[in-house]
Amino acid sequence: MAPLIKIRDLHFNRGDKVIFSGVDIDIYQGKVTAIMGPSGTGKTTLLKLIGGQLKPDRGSIEVDGQNVHKLSHSKLYELRKRMGMLFQSGALLTDINVFENVAFPLREHTKLPESMIRDLVLMKLQAVGLRNARDLMPAELSGGMARRVALARAVTLDPMMIMYDEPFTGQDPISMGTLVNLIRRLNDAMGLTSIIVSHDVAETTQIADEIYLLSGGKVIEQGTPETLKNSGSEWVKQFLQGLPDGPVPFHYPGNEFKKDLLNAEEKR
Amino acid sequence: MNSKRSTEILVGLFVAAGIAALFVLAMKVSNLGDFTDEKGYEVVAHFQNIGGLKARSPVTMAGVRVGRVTSISLDPDSYDAKVTINIYPQYDNIPIDTSASIFTAGLLGEQYISLSPGADDFFLQDGDIIDLTQPAVVLEQVIGQFLYSTAEGE
Amino acid sequence: MIELLRSLGGWGINTFQRLGRGHIFLMQMLAGVPSSVFRFSLVIQQLFYVGVLSILIILISGLFVGMVLGLQGYNTLVDFGAEESLGVLVSLSLVRELGPVVSALLFAGRAGSALTAEIGLMKSTEQLSGMEMMAVDPMRRIIAPRFLAGLISMPLLAAIFSAVGILGGFLVGHGLLGVDDGAFWSQMQAKTDWYEDILNGVVKSIVFGFVVTWIALFEGYDASPTSEGVGRATTRTVVHSAFAILGLDFVLTALMFGDI
Ligand SMILES: Nc1ncnc2c1ncn2[C@@H]1O[C@H](COP(=O)(O)OP(=O)(O)OP(=O)(O)O)[C@@H](O)[C@H]1O
Ligand SMILES: [Mg+2]
Repeated sequence: MAPLIKIRDLHFNRGDKVIFSGVDIDIYQGKVTAIMGPSGTGKTTLLKLIGGQLKPDRGSIEVDGQNVHKLSHSKLYELRKRMGMLFQSGALLTDINVFENVAFPLREHTKLPESMIRDLVLMKLQAVGLRNARDLMPAELSGGMARRVALARAVTLDPMMIMYDEPFTGQDPISMGTLVNLIRRLNDAMGLTSIIVSHDVAETTQIADEIYLLSGGKVIEQGTPETLKNSGSEWVKQFLQGLPDGPVPFHYPGNEFKKDLLNAEEKR
Repeated sequence: MNSKRSTEILVGLFVAAGIAALFVLAMKVSNLGDFTDEKGYEVVAHFQNIGGLKARSPVTMAGVRVGRVTSISLDPDSYDAKVTINIYPQYDNIPIDTSASIFTAGLLGEQYISLSPGADDFFLQDGDIIDLTQPAVVLEQVIGQFLYSTAEGE
Repeated sequence: MIELLRSLGGWGINTFQRLGRGHIFLMQMLAGVPSSVFRFSLVIQQLFYVGVLSILIILISGLFVGMVLGLQGYNTLVDFGAEESLGVLVSLSLVRELGPVVSALLFAGRAGSALTAEIGLMKSTEQLSGMEMMAVDPMRRIIAPRFLAGLISMPLLAAIFSAVGILGGFLVGHGLLGVDDGAFWSQMQAKTDWYEDILNGVVKSIVFGFVVTWIALFEGYDASPTSEGVGRATTRTVVHSAFAILGLDFVLTALMFGDI
């Protein structure tokens, strides 16, 4: 079976900073694929590359057989109608209320009658448990609620795939459990393809079919949650178990702390 | 949605106010109101010199506006200015031997044509020509003449 | 010395790069205009924010500018015994220059800065990105309707400004200083030309509306996505708009009224 998303030899830089240097990823139809890695490795960047908002320096990204970065403007927008994306920040439109936010893609892309839009929106809001928050403005929502509204909005057009950027952060245990189930259910019931970017090891290993670990601009490890758990790699072990010591640095790379302190002494 | 309705109403009022302002500028402030002159009849007058006369300059009789200059051109045969005048239809009894002069409103104001009536029993009609004309007084010439004559007198 | 040259060169390159980005932005924006003509409700909504909300400041400023013109003009004209020409002075000053220019400056401060802040904030909160991923082109959905609204509002606001200003000049000239009202209006009508003066003024204000709205939208779209970046972009909108308005006014005046 050909993968729905095929990333080959991806290179991407931000100024002088190398974000990706030769990444290959296959994402299969109907599967939940998780992308994990330390903060700042470029997971959000990867999603934006797949969505065609950023252009790679080298390499290709194919979605459903089309090279995302060679499409014309209108073809790209056609393709995006079939991609849902949940932004890390939610990215709700701040001047319209929750209901209108979820209805937004429907109003923009369909000519459905008002009653049908209402039903669809309420259905999606019910699924994320916020049906009764429909009249609130985005500014009146908590971070976790905003993310759930954004999730409802991402699925209103019934896309073929959804990219979730950190869907679990800021959720209490109850909504977390619901969300995990929801993502899995959406995926299976609608034959969706899901990409999850997350730091939450427990939840991610629970629902992912396939996990990619990114670090230093490369794929460090890939496989099912089972294979990763049994991986011999020190790196993988440290990351999955959240140990403070090991090959994964906690600090942003640069000078050593001791050196900085000494420098400060010298300058005085 | 109620707020949407009131937004639309306010925008409608805004656009109407803007257009009304433009209309006021056109009709009350500018001379556009005068362009909608009823079409009367056209007569032609030849002048040696029209000075600063322009198309749309007023044409008066005893100080009352009776028409407007419609066009000015140079007569290729006589080398004088051929001025076409539109006279409002209600003034249909202007004697045919009426004379036309170009005057200046005030010392430096704009120039206009003044008609002084003759005594003939026939009236001007469309296409007629006013024979008696007096050219514009060009200030520089007047000053020049004045200086010249004072110099001569000495 | 070399440092200085280098920083000067860097500044120049940045300026040209921004200029280039601004024009690419303009092309994309204009490409989005036809589709927003077909969704005119979006434009109407923006006409409210851009136009209706600017009316009050335009009315008040126009009235006072006209009153000052009446007062100052009278003081000068009366020395030549030409106070009947007050109407001409007020109307020509307003419809040719002050109406388009001052209302555009006010527009930049009132509506332009608000547009920049709004777009900049939408960018920094990823709302524009989010829209792109929902396959909604922000150029068409957000930028183009605002541009059209600015383009439509500006000449209307300038006309209101001039009309109110002439009224202000009349109130002071006739009511306060006793200029004959018949002379005031008839001289004004005799000397103010519909094509030469009023339509040229309208053309000016359309050009200003185009440029100010373009600058405002571009600055917002190009702002660095931080609160400081949005603040700086807002300032730049007002400053650059003012330069553009005054510079263009000279060029347009020379083209329209001068014999250059
Ligand atoms: N607009 C930008 N300009 C320059 N550098 C950027 C920009 N956005 C992100 N970066 C850099 O790119 C790198 C990857 O950022 P990205 O947001 O993709 O990380 P991430 O893996 O999603 O991290 P997190 O898990 O914390 O969300 C970071 O090191 C960041 O410094
Ligand atoms: Mg991220």
